[in-house]
Amino acid sequence: MQHDPAVKEDAVPTPGLTGPGLSGDRSRPAALRERFPWAFRWETLLALIVVVIAVGGTTASPEFLTSYNLFNLGLSNGEIAIMALPMTLIIISGEIDLSVASTLGMSSCLLGFLWERHWPMVAIFVVIAVVGLAAGAVNGLLVTRLGLPSLAVTIGTLTLYAGVAQILLGPNTVADFPSAYTNLGVNAVPFTDGAVSYSTLIFAVLAVIFGVVLHATGVGRSIFAMGAGSEAALFAGIRVKRVKTVLFMVSGLVCAFAGVLYTFRLSTSVANNGVGLELDVVAIVLVGGVSIFGGKGSVLGVVLGVLAFAGIQNALLLTNFNQEASGIVAGGLLLVSVFLPNTAPLWRWCAARYRARLARAS
Amino acid sequence: MTAEVLRREPPQAPADASSRGLAERVFRIRESGIVVVLALFIAVTAGLQHRFLSASNIQFVLVNTVIFALLALGETMVVVARHVDLSVGSVLGMSAYLSANLFGSHPGIPLPVVFLVGLGIGLGWGIVNGLLVAAGRVPSLVVTLASLYIIRGIDILIVGGGMVTANTLPSAFTDIPKETVLGIPYVAIVVAVVVAAGAYYLRSFRSGRDLYAIGSNPDAAKLAGIPIGRRVFTAFALSGAIAGVAGVLWAAQYGTVDSTAGTGYELTVVTAVVVGGVAIFGGSGSAVGAALGALLLATINSALYVLGISSFWDQAIAGFLLIFAITLDRVISVRLTEALRIRSSRRAA
Repeated sequence: MQHDPAVKEDAVPTPGLTGPGLSGDRSRPAALRERFPWAFRWETLLALIVVVIAVGGTTASPEFLTSYNLFNLGLSNGEIAIMALPMTLIIISGEIDLSVASTLGMSSCLLGFLWERHWPMVAIFVVIAVVGLAAGAVNGLLVTRLGLPSLAVTIGTLTLYAGVAQILLGPNTVADFPSAYTNLGVNAVPFTDGAVSYSTLIFAVLAVIFGVVLHATGVGRSIFAMGAGSEAALFAGIRVKRVKTVLFMVSGLVCAFAGVLYTFRLSTSVANNGVGLELDVVAIVLVGGVSIFGGKGSVLGVVLGVLAFAGIQNALLLTNFNQEASGIVAGGLLLVSVFLPNTAPLWRWCAARYRARLARAS
Repeated sequence: MTAEVLRREPPQAPADASSRGLAERVFRIRESGIVVVLALFIAVTAGLQHRFLSASNIQFVLVNTVIFALLALGETMVVVARHVDLSVGSVLGMSAYLSANLFGSHPGIPLPVVFLVGLGIGLGWGIVNGLLVAAGRVPSLVVTLASLYIIRGIDILIVGGGMVTANTLPSAFTDIPKETVLGIPYVAIVVAVVVAAGAYYLRSFRSGRDLYAIGSNPDAAKLAGIPIGRRVFTAFALSGAIAGVAGVLWAAQYGTVDSTAGTGYELTVVTAVVVGGVAIFGGSGSAVGAALGALLLATINSALYVLGISSFWDQAIAGFLLIFAITLDRVISVRLTEALRIRSSRRAA
């Protein structure tokens, strides 16, 4: 992601301020920021947005907060939410993985391909896990051992893995999966009043695991360190190449797993499954306050990003907006989330001018 | 581990005449490499299936190449400056629909006006991308990934469920790709001239060379007084404008245009550009190489068809080629830096 070093130095916001300035009192922002540091976090703004969406959605439509709607909300966004977790770690480490959706598609096609050949389901799962790990390892090794930019590598593997998916299934569709598995997309987790789908539960569990790894372990600290500066991390004795390779492999594994969920939810395996989902995943991660330059972000932010993203999509679903055009929302969110932090200097400049005017007036 | 870190930052060799000569020779080798691969590919395929070299198939390949060669020209300008424009497919789609739609809403509209409208639509989006990247100082990957989906979304809202069908288009328009001079499609010649002009501009004009300077070292380019923002903005605007024109050609070639026109083209274009020897880290490569890359991809596509291999192999081969090309570029650039360093140290001794 070292795409434009010139940007890097300008885009570093002040410490503790990962988002735009949110202060109501422009004359004493520094004091307020010291007293209520949490109020200036990007996550706080996101939480507010989520609350606004929830309140707005409920007033606009009584359907919004019903368990039926929540179930579908979690179900239809489950895979992209799950894929956003390893993506968070990869982007924080200073890389990017654009091949996630293709890995999902490849795993989905592999599932259909092997099921059609009457493999036992357990064996298929093992093969898919191995293929997912291998797909991630290819990315990771090309990036770390050959020193290639992850952007280029994963655009290449995006095409390659989608190509493998096409070779596996061609124009065929496999849809005769046993209902014991496809019920994943129909049944809710017991004792949750039908509001929580299995993919939501899996996302919640994975979010806790990824959150703990990122924020409470040495590996997590080292991921932040290498995102802030690869060279410095290396000097600090962090095995940058190994950690990054493992991150890509974890991403491959998780995306392959998401492919299985996706296939069972739609009970269809077809070559173009998951095409284009990488944008949604990257958009969610960046909306969640993760810096595209690496070194900054949190799993909590990304979880809130998932909620905001899913909420907006769902609110649009309840209106008459053309669903095929929902890329406008994902793209717009993506732009806003990378732009707002960059306007921080502008805010500060306005605040400084305002203060200067006050000083002159008095 | 320390030694490895130190080795990773080789001193920049002085850009004297002979080292520049060496660098240029290496990149010429890179380009002739594609020509060799292309020739081998054509020879093998033609040996297996003579139909491959029939006049109609050659025409088919060339017309298919034309659109991607055009897009690759714009993409080259962006990529040599160490940026990337992923929105070209969406721009092409919108321009294709809106320009083809003109024939229905304004019967008898002259063809040049239609091309100008396509160019204008593309230029507009190119300017938006350029402003966002240059003034907003946001990485171009993110900006154009977002605009890819936003432009496609707007296109879907405009098109709705409708489409333009070939029977509403005048034959003068749909005949554009079919007209040939000595068996070579007329558009292929025009595009070849345009690509050559673009390559000449990048290589020999100051503003063109600035793009290479920005791509090879943005900080140094800034210190050298190059107006980075303006140059990058221009590159994106041109890339958009070219994609707009390519959209009109697309409509002329395929006749039927709906909201999915050009979906996924950005990947093919980036692949063509990188396979054609334009380094994805910026700073080197030429528009001619990129066009050759596009020709190679179109040839592979047609060869698979002629040999009766499922076209589902197409994408995997393109992805493999892309990874192979960036790996090769990396190896070449490491070797080249090494060679330049040895050379300059020998001179100093």
